[in-house]
Amino acid sequence: MDAELILMQLFSGVALGAILVIAALGLSIIFGMLGVVNFAHGALFMVGAYAGLWVASVTGSFWWGLLAAPIMVGVFGMVVEYVLVRPLYGRSIDDPLLLTFGLSYVLVEAVRMIFGSDGIPFPTPPQLTGVWDLGVGFFPIYRLFVVGVVILVLVLLWLGLEKTKFGLIVRAGARDPTIMKVLGVDISKVWLLVFGLGAGLAALGGVLAGPMRSVNPEMGSLVLAEAFVVTVIGGLGSLLGSIIAGVLVGIAISMTALFAPEMATIVMFALMAIVLLIRPEGLFGKLA
Amino acid sequence: MTDIIRNITQKKISRRSALAGLGAGASLLAMPWAARAADDTIRIGFPTPLTGPFAAEAKDQVKSAELAVKQFNDKGGIGGRKIELLVRDDKLNGGEAATRTLELIEKDKVHAIVGSLSSAVQLAVNEVTRARGVIYVSISQSDTINELKDFSKFTFHEALNPHMTAGAVARHTFKKGAKVAYLSADYAYGHEMLRGFKRAQAAIGAESVGELLHPFGAADYSTLMPRLRSMRPEILCISNFGRDQANSIKQAVDFGLKQQMKIVVPVLLHNQRLAVGPEVFEGVVGGANYYWGLESEIPSAKAFNDAFRAANNGAIPTDYGAYGYTGIYSLLLAMQAAGGTDTEKVIAALEDLKYNIAKGPQHYRKCDHQSIQSVLVLESKKKSDMKSDMDLFQVVANEPASEEVLRSCTELGFPG
Amino acid sequence: MSSPALAAPVPSTRQPSGLAGALTTYRVPLSIIALCLLPWVLPSQALAVNVLVYGVLAVGYNLLFGYTGMLSFGHAAFFGAGAYVTGIAIGKFGIPWFAAVPLGILGGGLLAFIIGMLSTRTRGIYFSMVTLALAQLIYYVALQASSWTGGENGLRGFTVDKINLFGWKLNFLDPINKYYVLLAFAALALWAVSRILNSPFGAAIEAIRENERRARTCGFDVERTKLLAFTLSGLICALAGTMSALHLAFVPLDLLHYQTSGMIVMMTLLGGARSFFGPFIGALVFLLMEDVFSLWTSHWQIIVGSIFVLFVLFLPKGIWGTFLAKVIR
Repeated sequence: MDAELILMQLFSGVALGAILVIAALGLSIIFGMLGVVNFAHGALFMVGAYAGLWVASVTGSFWWGLLAAPIMVGVFGMVVEYVLVRPLYGRSIDDPLLLTFGLSYVLVEAVRMIFGSDGIPFPTPPQLTGVWDLGVGFFPIYRLFVVGVVILVLVLLWLGLEKTKFGLIVRAGARDPTIMKVLGVDISKVWLLVFGLGAGLAALGGVLAGPMRSVNPEMGSLVLAEAFVVTVIGGLGSLLGSIIAGVLVGIAISMTALFAPEMATIVMFALMAIVLLIRPEGLFGKLA
Repeated sequence: MTDIIRNITQKKISRRSALAGLGAGASLLAMPWAARAADDTIRIGFPTPLTGPFAAEAKDQVKSAELAVKQFNDKGGIGGRKIELLVRDDKLNGGEAATRTLELIEKDKVHAIVGSLSSAVQLAVNEVTRARGVIYVSISQSDTINELKDFSKFTFHEALNPHMTAGAVARHTFKKGAKVAYLSADYAYGHEMLRGFKRAQAAIGAESVGELLHPFGAADYSTLMPRLRSMRPEILCISNFGRDQANSIKQAVDFGLKQQMKIVVPVLLHNQRLAVGPEVFEGVVGGANYYWGLESEIPSAKAFNDAFRAANNGAIPTDYGAYGYTGIYSLLLAMQAAGGTDTEKVIAALEDLKYNIAKGPQHYRKCDHQSIQSVLVLESKKKSDMKSDMDLFQVVANEPASEEVLRSCTELGFPG
Repeated sequence: MSSPALAAPVPSTRQPSGLAGALTTYRVPLSIIALCLLPWVLPSQALAVNVLVYGVLAVGYNLLFGYTGMLSFGHAAFFGAGAYVTGIAIGKFGIPWFAAVPLGILGGGLLAFIIGMLSTRTRGIYFSMVTLALAQLIYYVALQASSWTGGENGLRGFTVDKINLFGWKLNFLDPINKYYVLLAFAALALWAVSRILNSPFGAAIEAIRENERRARTCGFDVERTKLLAFTLSGLICALAGTMSALHLAFVPLDLLHYQTSGMIVMMTLLGGARSFFGPFIGALVFLLMEDVFSLWTSHWQIIVGSIFVLFVLFLPKGIWGTFLAKVIR
């Protein structure tokens, strides 16, 4: 086991972490701001991949797919919030969870009906094929691109939340929605946009993942589990927590791959269980 | 046994008419099934995963099975009796499959069952059929079903098993002294494939430079690539199935591994190749039970393909689809030889049967009822070499049917 | 200022009058009578047995979800544990079925106790997440321990074909016999749950559901009560597991997967989470829908999913719950 291999393994862990982060971000935002556990998150991820694929095949360019899919699914997310989730606020906290659970069945089957149950190829854009020699090993250029996009999105998100008035409202609304209403803010618009943002981020993850894995209707269920693990470890509702947790989990999986790669999924869930038992609010979360 | 069940059904019908008022609504649902009293058709149950990730393969199997049934019915059926195929969705789930099988046996009174499409499901169906003395012809890969623990005289395995396919692929790709690395899915099927390869590797004199297991159903293999590359193999042998196969090959190609090593898989899957495209699979070698391209060499393949094309608008049968045909057809041939559906006679007829219906001569071995048949070795074609959309593979080798490629009866636990 | 009336909670479902009263007092015998008729009314006996199995499972789950108010997403673990322990006992150790069944129940109950101890330390969403994570862990452990569980091939080789019932030999493979034997199990489970709900303990868990803080102030040991509820719920679900094992003579690995847990939640909600017999109705309707719809179309999941969404939105009391609410004014 030489140093080069370990370094390379660390790097692929971080890269894997980036993918986990973008997958978990949407879930974390919706829970943090709205208190809703979106069980349809994995399905939205999958719908994003299909949307991106469809736009790419119609326009002939991956880049249009990358741009259009998150917007399309984001709008869809807003519709879902308005029609399905909003009537449930004020009722039991479990209801949105249950509703989105049923919704995921509907979405997966709808995609099967439209696109079929088989996997569909999602070709890597020609500008991004090939590998780069990083010195410690070869790494696909496309994955480096994905890491780059994730970093960009995180920066934009941080800027949006910390530096804009809208971001201020969102953060305040998460802290105390009643006061926001008293202050005259139309909190329902905020919820709409936050749900849309969460859905759009899920879709972005899906489009980015498409060229790396086969696109099929079941691709969302594993992602849902991974997103839960990352969100819970990081802290339900904490963006910084999701980021750190994502990278941590990526590295954990990667290091496990050096000794017992078949244990990777067990390690993931064991980590989640341990964090939940020692510090249920996660590394950076706030206890409800 | 069937008589006891039939008596109860007849009692049920009269009680049902008495209770009609009480369960009016529900009874309405039950009525069509009640109408199935004793009649003359030969009924064959066909559980298959119509929903789930293998829906495409399942639908292919149904089409091929229906073709076989139609061909027999067109010739007058068996002893004048028509054959009916009862297709059920097992949802790729052992529990569902067991329930459907129970329904097929108890309610629909099938005479035999043919199916299904995963190792776990086959074994579930088998548990139900062997306890009740119903013939089961399983048509999906599994080494376990040949072993003594799961075997019964009612169990027949028409498909290839991992041992046969891995062995064939190894014999045509491994050379003496070659360095082989293994990436396998960590579940029974992956282990069975790996075992088949390692056996053949030892016999050929190739050398293993490393073995990695990955979690079953994993979507991301990036963390395994650096290790695989550092092993510097000439051949990378990936033992997994379905989406796992598509994902692992795609990512191996993404990481540039194909420039360094040859990728071989135990079973080269038609639908997975369609799922990722020709560029990713190009040059990958794997085994198969059937490929439509055989028609240029084997007359029965051509006959099968032509009949399938005629019934399905020019479509060609896929690898797993062909199992639907060969499974049902061999069973029907045996029933014909036995003159009916008497279970003991059909079992004897199956054991004696020699058939050639789609890929060359086949017959069932007596000790474990495994169908001895040819194994194909295919190589996935470059896009530029494809003469048509369906011209996916090149037949690299066609190992003739032989008992030697199987594990011996004694090894499987059978006496003598 | 404290009055005796404030010390004990006054649950609203004690001594109801009239039709509601009769339904509640006789709920166990009425349920059993209804279930006796099931095999004659459903399209197949195998389906009827499945309704028994999943009905008991949902009723056991409802003890925790509907009555104590804790949304567990990991109850498949106890269902599976009961099935596996029974199967292994019969298959690997040759233990006769009447001893294997209690073993299975105890095994599942023990697992529920352990997971309960760990998970009841959290509440709300975190509780749901913990149960999900721990149950998935059990799934992966069962997948790896394939020499015991058969791995993803499932557990086989323990078919029970004859039952010796106090000297009376029954062919267990006969679907009608099988149904009524398993109905005895189900009746036992229903009776147990009814007794639990009628007891002071039953009042306690409903108090916790309504307002945990107030229950604590009233002097209830909330943690212990929750743990007890969790364990009892696990025991009933394990009983359902043993029934499933005997029915199919096969334990598939997916029994432990979170999708099974999700299905249990769906059935309970569909039938009516706060009613006694509702979960059974939910299991019946769910399985019937699956069975019937999958004969019409391979896209039955979209119908089931949509119905579930509609129920959450408009009929949160479930089928039986809404029916009871309309009937009992």
